[in-house]
Amino acid sequence: MRGLIRSGLTALAFSSLVAQAAGAQQLRVGLQEDPDALDPTISRTFVGRIVFASLCDKLFDITPDLKLVPRLATGYEWSSDQKSLILKLRDGVLFQDGTKMDAAAVKYTLDRHLTLPGSTRKSEMAGVTGIEVVDPLTVKIALSAPFAPLIAVLSDRAGMIVSPKAAEAGATAFANHPVCAGPFKFVERIPQDRIVLERFPDYWDKGQIKLDKITFLPIPDSAVRLANLKSGDLDLIERVAPTDLDEVKSNPKLITASIGELGYQGITINTNNGPQAKSPIGSDERVRQAFSLSIDREALVQVVYNGFFIADDQWTGPASPFHIKRPAPARDIAKAKALLAAAGQPHPTVNLTVPNTPTLMQVGQVLQSMAAEAGFDVKLQAIEFASGLAASSKGELEAFVLAWSGRTDPDGNIFSFVSCGGALNDGKYCNKEVDAALQTGRTASDFAERKAAYDKITEITGRELPIIYLFHQQWLWAMSKSVKGFTPYPDGILRFNNVTKG
Amino acid sequence: MRRFILHRLGVLVPTLIFVSMMIFALQQLLPGDPALALAGEERDPQVIQFLRARYHLDQPLPVRYAYWIGGVLHGDLGESIRIQRPVAELVLEKLPVTGELTVMAMIIALTIGIPAGIVAAVKRGTAWDVAANAVALWGLSTPNFWLGILMILLFSVHLGWLPASGYVSPFESLWGNLSTLIMPAFVLGNAIAAVIMRHTRSAMLQVMRSDYVRTARAKGLSERVVILKHGLRNALGPVITLGALEFGQLLSGAVLTEQVFTIPGFGKLVVDAVFNRDYAVVQGVVLCTASFYILLNLAADLLYAAINPRLRA
Repeated sequence: MRGLIRSGLTALAFSSLVAQAAGAQQLRVGLQEDPDALDPTISRTFVGRIVFASLCDKLFDITPDLKLVPRLATGYEWSSDQKSLILKLRDGVLFQDGTKMDAAAVKYTLDRHLTLPGSTRKSEMAGVTGIEVVDPLTVKIALSAPFAPLIAVLSDRAGMIVSPKAAEAGATAFANHPVCAGPFKFVERIPQDRIVLERFPDYWDKGQIKLDKITFLPIPDSAVRLANLKSGDLDLIERVAPTDLDEVKSNPKLITASIGELGYQGITINTNNGPQAKSPIGSDERVRQAFSLSIDREALVQVVYNGFFIADDQWTGPASPFHIKRPAPARDIAKAKALLAAAGQPHPTVNLTVPNTPTLMQVGQVLQSMAAEAGFDVKLQAIEFASGLAASSKGELEAFVLAWSGRTDPDGNIFSFVSCGGALNDGKYCNKEVDAALQTGRTASDFAERKAAYDKITEITGRELPIIYLFHQQWLWAMSKSVKGFTPYPDGILRFNNVTKG
Repeated sequence: MRRFILHRLGVLVPTLIFVSMMIFALQQLLPGDPALALAGEERDPQVIQFLRARYHLDQPLPVRYAYWIGGVLHGDLGESIRIQRPVAELVLEKLPVTGELTVMAMIIALTIGIPAGIVAAVKRGTAWDVAANAVALWGLSTPNFWLGILMILLFSVHLGWLPASGYVSPFESLWGNLSTLIMPAFVLGNAIAAVIMRHTRSAMLQVMRSDYVRTARAKGLSERVVILKHGLRNALGPVITLGALEFGQLLSGAVLTEQVFTIPGFGKLVVDAVFNRDYAVVQGVVLCTASFYILLNLAADLLYAAINPRLRA
């Protein structure tokens, strides 16, 4: 009997040690939403990109200051006409199913992006006409025209190389058990509950990975997410509400990390899409200029976001080298009134549609009262987000408060929004001069030439205002003090290289 | 009794067909284009077109209904567009979670509601009665989400006794399962307990005034036997019917409770699906819930007939 008790106690002590050791290496991460399908070819959500960063390595990645660095690729070379790109691949990289990551796998993945029905990557790689295996570690990508953002595109989901063996099982099977060449391999997913990944022992860069297991838990309510962090049920949470920042900072067990985003919050104006474009704000740029001048952006972020977000009137995030370093424009009511008088509209009515979240409704109310001082009669219309998107793209709205999460290359933040016929150009704004500059931005390889083109776009769209930019969010993470080595990236994606716990 | 059951089952089929049509039609009233909502931030026109064709969103309403109901009759509830898994699989995965939550909530509601109702009726007009009514009023008027957040703050954040959210399967850890479900089950059962208490009280008051109770007392039976055997047994009929109806309420209450406590059950599945316009999931979940509710009513009728022989004829 005594022996039984002793062996029982030993087993208990051992299991507790194992549990402690395991606990020290496990990270529980609270996400704002449940990701969609876990397949980089068809994934459409921002939150999915967070999970992929641990699951699927990319050909390239970004640094916190937005420099592109090689990952699965070791280098690249453009042809003299900029119409083909040679990629050199890293040797000795294995997928999580033990198969080899090589040029054939890269070709398979990129072809899959271009041909899989429902691929969301196809439009990102629109200029790609063919992928050729040169040798086991070299791939050649042919383009119909020079496309400068390609490397940046390959630093996101399009550059995530999947195991051809796993992908051959079919898109649905792959999404339910994704296999890539990232630091953590897929263990299980219970929709709306958790996604569990564990360390991939044969990861090519395993020296950088200190964690054994990551569990992603989607918890949409920011207050509940924070409560879980405070109670110790989570170790790290993303997208903390700025209004909770003081509470997090006053908690001695927690720390925060933050960085300015690549995207923006703006108001999309219907300038050319159906009868709603005939509104005062849609039909006259002076009215739009007056509206923009009536906004005190600093006060707006102070009131609604505790001053945590960055007031700005540009479409590039503050971390981008294409961002023009200047302060947000000052409010000028006198000038706004003068512009309205010149437009013959001293008291224009603006129907401003706002997604029905509490904070965006506050943004709408602040804008309403600020614009009223210049003579605007702003009528707020709250709308559920998906319905708002549908209405906006059909041209049923005059002005819609809409955000963009941002991409590394400036092309991803402007081309579709203001090019004539762009997929996200809800207001159907069209200016040939802007289109020409957008093309230069896409095709030029020289930074200075691209910068000049994008500066020109900022200048023209800043005058014609198809989108009135308001501010940039700051990504805000909160974590237990035991989490060390976390580095914030401006794309808001969590990377766990060198992150430790305990 | 057999005829009674057959008759009720006969009504079941047209009811379910009507319900399936209503689910399908009502969902079409949701504003917004599902393909657009599902296409993600990029809103790629090719992806939107693909989604429309793949999920028959470009077809007229009756054709889409025919596709769906045809699949349902073959046991195929469709596929979640967002996460690419069969709806039937998701339903089977989530059903036990919500089932366990609602059963636990109902046990809590009955454990609180029936004894409180008996005490309030037996001690009518005393401080016990007033206290029970006050607690019931509090239970009825407390919003689920508010009570949920307060409980999280108290038991998880301040005291650190219970996990703030999530779900652990009983097969994984029994304690983990109880610790994750006890707060949401209490929050969910709280309002139902109040309703059950009030109904038990009024039913008991009525029964305790009846002749057969007076006769039982006159026979010299102890008050305990009079209350529990003669009083409660007769008062339970309407309470059982109410319990079954309230079970439906619990299912709808679970929607909110599961959101607050992040429990991966039916409620969370359907809310996320509504926001993402994942039509197949909404339809599948609502159809299953409606069928379950109808079957519950049937079970209540049968149970009612079992304890009241006069209804069997």
